[in-house]
Amino acid sequence: MPDTDTLAAPDFSNWSCPLPLRDHPRVVMGHGGGGALSAELVEHVFAPAFGGPVLAALGDSAAVTLGGVRLAFSTDSYVVRPLFFPGGSIGDLAVNGTVNDLAMSGAAAAYLSCGFILEEGVETAQVARVAQALGAAARAAGVEVATGDTKVVEAGRGDGIYLNTAGIGLIPAGVDLRPQRAEPGDVVIVSGPIGLHGVAVMSVREGLEFGVDVQSDCAPLGGLVQAMLAVTPDLHVLRDPTRGGLGASLNEIAAAAGVGVVVQERSIPVPPEVANACAILGLDPLYVANEGKLVAFVPRQHADAVLEAMRAHPYGAGAAVIGECVADHPGMVVARTALGGTRVIDLPVGEQLPRIC
Amino acid sequence: MKYLEEFQNPELARRLLDDIRAAVTRPWALMEVCGGQTHTIIRHGIDQLLPEGVELIHGPGCPVCVTPLEVIDKALEIASRPEVIFCSFGDMLRVPGTGKDLFRVRSEGGDVRVVYSPLDALRIAEQNPDKQVVFFGIGFETTAPPNAMTVYQAKKRGIRNFSLLVSHVRVPPAIEAIMQSPDCRVQGFLAAGHVCSVMGTAEYPELAERFRVPIVVTGFEPLDILEGIRRTVRQLERGEHAVDNAYPRAVRDEGNPAAQAMLADVFETTDRAWRGIGTIPQSGWRLSSRYREFDAEHRFDVGDVNTCEPAACRAGEVLQGLLKPNECEAFGTVCTPRNPLGATMVSSEGACAAYYLYRRLGAPAAPAAPLEASPVA
Amino acid sequence: MCLAVPGRVMEIEERDGTRMAVVDFGGVVKDVCLEYLPDLAVGEYAIVHVGFALQRLDEESARRTLELFEELGLLQEEFGDPWEAAAGAPKEAETT
Repeated sequence: MPDTDTLAAPDFSNWSCPLPLRDHPRVVMGHGGGGALSAELVEHVFAPAFGGPVLAALGDSAAVTLGGVRLAFSTDSYVVRPLFFPGGSIGDLAVNGTVNDLAMSGAAAAYLSCGFILEEGVETAQVARVAQALGAAARAAGVEVATGDTKVVEAGRGDGIYLNTAGIGLIPAGVDLRPQRAEPGDVVIVSGPIGLHGVAVMSVREGLEFGVDVQSDCAPLGGLVQAMLAVTPDLHVLRDPTRGGLGASLNEIAAAAGVGVVVQERSIPVPPEVANACAILGLDPLYVANEGKLVAFVPRQHADAVLEAMRAHPYGAGAAVIGECVADHPGMVVARTALGGTRVIDLPVGEQLPRIC
Repeated sequence: MKYLEEFQNPELARRLLDDIRAAVTRPWALMEVCGGQTHTIIRHGIDQLLPEGVELIHGPGCPVCVTPLEVIDKALEIASRPEVIFCSFGDMLRVPGTGKDLFRVRSEGGDVRVVYSPLDALRIAEQNPDKQVVFFGIGFETTAPPNAMTVYQAKKRGIRNFSLLVSHVRVPPAIEAIMQSPDCRVQGFLAAGHVCSVMGTAEYPELAERFRVPIVVTGFEPLDILEGIRRTVRQLERGEHAVDNAYPRAVRDEGNPAAQAMLADVFETTDRAWRGIGTIPQSGWRLSSRYREFDAEHRFDVGDVNTCEPAACRAGEVLQGLLKPNECEAFGTVCTPRNPLGATMVSSEGACAAYYLYRRLGAPAAPAAPLEASPVA
Repeated sequence: MCLAVPGRVMEIEERDGTRMAVVDFGGVVKDVCLEYLPDLAVGEYAIVHVGFALQRLDEESARRTLELFEELGLLQEEFGDPWEAAAGAPKEAETT
């Protein structure tokens, strides 16, 4: 054995290791991750600068009244890499992402705008493929691209193709979907298996590549939402758990409404390939992105009928009740584990990273 | 996944818990050494299911947390250089050095890349012959063989633009240091199974005998953790202190001789600072003289990187089970998961972070209520 | 240090003078270095960490471990439900 007396004894009383830095003088990737850092940017930079009562609602889309008509209005930008991935492309995302944001207000998307930011040198054939995918997705979603814009940035100042879309749609009378409306007793329903999009994209991302038979779930959810609203217009909250996954969406709702959420971990549909990819990389499926799923907070008396309507729709066939809204632990999401224990599902800080420990 | 799911079976977990309950007659404080085990415990809520009095103290086995500040500052310095592609496991990007982390280096223009395997970094070196590719070689005995193989391959294949920034640490000296601490409350160890997959169990009988503590080699799935606890508690109740292997499907007594041989060739043991704890003799590995040319600390002149540790928190005491997290003056006030002062508040499985979350929940804190009873006479 | 998972070897090949395998983790497939387990064969399971097979998984041992857990339950059953009993009753230890 080494001579342990030759050096000072370890000092456990002075243990003071890592503290993730929150005071960022520059933007880091986590600011776009849909977690706590994104929320901080909105809260401390954007809302003070240009926020008003509409933005303050912080929904997936804004509900505005214009000329006596209630409109859902939303915008989203798309910077996914690679541009094409199993089950979709940046073009599909740009349509479905915005269509789904509108759907979360109960609106059927009517018109989209589309901005292309192209990097000098990107192949025009590539641009055409993205445009065609975008057009096909718009037709499938029943939405018209009404206006557009193109900009080119110098080589090295972009990443091939970035897209931005904005969309508008009518909110049906009697529909008021907001995170703030979640209340104790609501049943929490997810529309199908989670994590597919995130795993599909990770499987082809440089440095992580793995083989897996998983396709992105990228899909327009307007039809599913209309089917749910046909059961009752009195749904409380809809949210599409994209960046940050189901975990982030549930936290946002719990925080906005000041309620607790309890989920049964065994009830959450996680496909085996998603679970296994997450096991290898050390990720939690609850924080992996989806692009064709929604989570709904439904008054208990309507829950069975809404679930039935969802299961009858192709994009809700795998819908499942995963938990409920409670008065306890406001602002917190708690999971009952399969073993009967409890764990807290916290808001992720930034982007999820593969871990070794 | 086969051989994972079977070891998460709730019914069998219940049987193991029943058996632990039946065996326990008094309080015991066990330490799970490895951060991966801590993760499983928190992830499945295992600590809340144990009989009251069986306390789990979360050990120092998180390689990210114990990587010394000075090495992180060296990593930040190297990663900031324009000629460098700096590759790392994802865990390390958010760990702060003095004033910044690798994410911020990236935001300032540094080429910092997350890889799954060190071999990915070697491939990046081959693809970028005009760049210097540095891999951040952290981890315990489990991760050291992959990193060793990567350096060996670089040398064999003449990939000279690759180097390794090494901060490897070893488990047995850490166990020794914990047991030598005068106020140590740990009565039994769940040893880190995957460390033993590589190193075998030969290093542990001497420790078990000298400190009269049971050391049970333990796996990482819920049933594995419960079986480790069960066997440790049974030994304690019988007054025994043996080395026992509760993870035989992945651990042989001799470990992996090929990996051990590679470690002996590529690395040599050295004193190593553990962040916030101090230097533990012979607790680390550095590149041996045969591979010195692949040592990033030599290749890049970072010897003058000076570090000062930030203001101390009391995580060291928490780590040993001497202090409950909520007894610390900083707990929940200046120190929260959003603004942590120390390791135990940083990751969601850290003792302080777990306490913080469960306190907000209004439920009994995890880990289970503290023990007032003294250790076994 | 310890995120390592069991996978099944599907194919083995030499690449750049290195013994590599295609390993299946329940539908997720990755390339894995076999240099530390050179005699690992197609069909066998190994514990894999950061792209390296570090130890052969002993399937027989895994089976025996699970059997042991099953037997634990059988011993308990004749004493009723100790789970419930323990949850409700104060611990003996605290009275000593």
